Amino acid sequence: MTPLLSVRDLHVGFGRDPAAHEIVRGVSFELAAGETLAIVGESGSGKSVTALSINRLVDFGGGRITRGAVDLRLADGTVIDLANAQEHQLTKIRGGEIGMIFQEPMTSLNPVLTIGAQIEESFRLHRGLTGRQATAAAKDALDRVRIPDAARRLKYSPHQLSGGMLQRVMIATALSCNPRLLIADEPTTALDVTVQAQIMALLAELKRETDMAMIFITHDIGLVAGIADKVMVMQAGEAVEQGALNAVLDTPRHPYTRHLLSAVPHFEAGRAARTDYRRPETPTEGSAAGPALHVEGLTVRFPVTGGLLRRRTGNVHAVDGVDFDLMPGETLAIVGESGSGKSTTARAILGLVQPTRGAFSANTNTPHGRGRPSVQMVFQNPYASLNPRLRVDSILAEPVIAAGGRISPETTARMTMLLERVGLPLDSLQRYPHEFSGGQRQRLCIARALMLNPSVVVLDEAVSALDVSVQAKVLELLVDLQKEFGLAYLFVSHDMAVVERIAHRIAVLYAGQIVEIGDARSVLSAPRHSYTRQLIAAVPSIERRHETFALDLRQVPSLIRPLGFEPEQAEWQSFGADHRARVEG
Amino acid sequence: MQFLRAILAHPSGRIGGVIVGVYLLVAILGLLGVTPHDPLMQFRIDRLHAPNGVYWMGTDLFGRDVASRLMLGISQSFIVAFASVALAATAGTVLGLAAAWFGRGWDGLIMRVMDVLLAFPAILLALLIIAVVGPGTWTSIAAIAIVYTPIFTRVVRGPALSLKTRDFVDAARTFGSSRHYILTRHLMLNLVAPLTVQVTLALAWGLLTEAGLSFLGLGTQPPASSLGLMLSDSRNLMEMAPWLLIFPGLAIMIGILGFNLLGDALRDILDPKMRRAAA
Repeated sequence: MTPLLSVRDLHVGFGRDPAAHEIVRGVSFELAAGETLAIVGESGSGKSVTALSINRLVDFGGGRITRGAVDLRLADGTVIDLANAQEHQLTKIRGGEIGMIFQEPMTSLNPVLTIGAQIEESFRLHRGLTGRQATAAAKDALDRVRIPDAARRLKYSPHQLSGGMLQRVMIATALSCNPRLLIADEPTTALDVTVQAQIMALLAELKRETDMAMIFITHDIGLVAGIADKVMVMQAGEAVEQGALNAVLDTPRHPYTRHLLSAVPHFEAGRAARTDYRRPETPTEGSAAGPALHVEGLTVRFPVTGGLLRRRTGNVHAVDGVDFDLMPGETLAIVGESGSGKSTTARAILGLVQPTRGAFSANTNTPHGRGRPSVQMVFQNPYASLNPRLRVDSILAEPVIAAGGRISPETTARMTMLLERVGLPLDSLQRYPHEFSGGQRQRLCIARALMLNPSVVVLDEAVSALDVSVQAKVLELLVDLQKEFGLAYLFVSHDMAVVERIAHRIAVLYAGQIVEIGDARSVLSAPRHSYTRQLIAAVPSIERRHETFALDLRQVPSLIRPLGFEPEQAEWQSFGADHRARVEG
Repeated sequence: MQFLRAILAHPSGRIGGVIVGVYLLVAILGLLGVTPHDPLMQFRIDRLHAPNGVYWMGTDLFGRDVASRLMLGISQSFIVAFASVALAATAGTVLGLAAAWFGRGWDGLIMRVMDVLLAFPAILLALLIIAVVGPGTWTSIAAIAIVYTPIFTRVVRGPALSLKTRDFVDAARTFGSSRHYILTRHLMLNLVAPLTVQVTLALAWGLLTEAGLSFLGLGTQPPASSLGLMLSDSRNLMEMAPWLLIFPGLAIMIGILGFNLLGDALRDILDPKMRRAAA
């Protein structure tokens, strides 16, 4: 039987002289219908370029296939060499025969068109649907990827949806024509674990239904274990190892494969949780032992308007009655999927969003300094949170100036001390942000947050944008800084493996409310709420092979409530000293 | 220095830069009175003299040296162009930032007023303003400034709106940075590049508008000299003394070309995407 896709000795080069600047050097593989090939490698290994060469999108990025063949067997049995195909043939194949999901959902959608229009486009072009039919098909496509309020979301523009939602829209578009080969380029990297599991389930189901083959590009070996039949490991443009899933994962032959397998953080269901902090038995208000941050009944609602007169018809209950305490020296992780209100909680505490109701107070009276400005924040994207036009010394001086201070010798001394402490060279002060790598920039952001010696640092997905090995080092740094400065961390994240390594306590946020809160080890090893269980079950792991991700058709609850709606009082059940969960109705 | 080198390395930047440089030098010399002859002196016996060794560009109907008057004219045109563009850029930046920062009602009000101003052709709007206030150098500076303010407002408002939502502005808010600090350090500093390009291009338009107004007798008033005025004076003598027409005409054309080339080059150099590709 001839395979669906057969790539032989593929060479791809860039620039004026493609043969001299090869990014992919002699990659070969075969893929049968219904099979999944995972291409694994770090950024710059040529895994994306390989995939883009298959549907020849690489041409638009300035690349050229210099040698090799890409044979695709069409539905009627004829074989076409995509490496030498004409553009008009390729246009039919892209979308129709080969679907593609990209890495960046934020930039893959046109910001000025509604998502409905963009999904409909695919149905119009490849299936010839028009008007109502196309709209209905688009709605079905959105339903299929579990987007709540699908009919209404069709009219949304991309900026109104979260990254996770946007990636679902992208997947809906790519799957709209039931392609026979799907290329997924890091499709779930930007998504929450539960959503990721759902997407994997969806892809698995579609594969079963239609005998679709898939090329799955990722850096997450845990994910590879769950879905792939074959694995190809790439390094510097070459396939250093390929073979069946079990063979590659269990008996890796190439040293690079072994390195990759050891660098990935493994989720250990609470066994790797930190044990270096104990809460005092009875915290007394106001004293040095009191909480560094006390949040009570925090509620954030955004108005929803509708109708001709743009009247207020309801509220989005982004955060609804969240309370927690954060002790000095303690890390509280807030986990939840996108849209659960975890970032809104963080932003409300920082004053970036006006809370509708609720109170929070930060204790300035801590053992590490009286009356110090309490809360600082480190953002997710280190590339966006530093002004590119300011020098590092100006960047670090900003919080001091904002607090009414001056650039005194003490300020400069603190700058150099913090730079040294976060592991950056001392000449960094005279440099600009673009001269630093992502990990170094995040270190800069951490140094900036510490300039005023805060008692609480809010870390909003602070390591999510970093490479795995960099991530581990930044986490280490955070733990060291916490011990040294007695910091309390509010660690907002979706990555359970990361949370396990930094959190003392965990609060699980679902639909704007805390459903479970408690000691990290307890929550991770014995989750009580069904959502927490789902969240933990969705964490990919090398141990779980060929998972039959079951498709969960439960609706994500809509957060839009009519005016005047108040959530009912929560009932809590305690499990042990510091672990309680909401009683499920 | 690095910036100058980048301009000289760019093909159209080199040409534009040299042209603008020469014009600036001529304008300064004209302003300081370092001209071949007194631009106002009438050499009665040499009226309408063709260009020769003494009068490099000939003389006009009153026997005034065209080369000297051209130098004075260039400096006059430059003063008007620079002053008006400086005013327009300042006003546009303030209005654009205000619209972007305060949003909602302010944004609507400011941008609608700018739309109204933009709806008129530039020269027509300038004429209208001068017709109301009366001709003169200051009036033409004000008129040209008003005409080009909407363009700067738009150039500033767009990027300012997107900068406002960037993480580093959010970060600044969490430190409690003042509005003034955020506007100047975070917004303005990132607007320098688009503004530089726009200022250079606006100088070309300013030069042209000034020449147009003077040509119609509404800008610089005689006996002072300006490029448009010289063109206007030469109208009736076109066949008898073509040099009266050719030199100021060329001066306007080459000057505008120079600013446009320089503007294009700056756009390429300052565009962050281009720079990333180079780095």
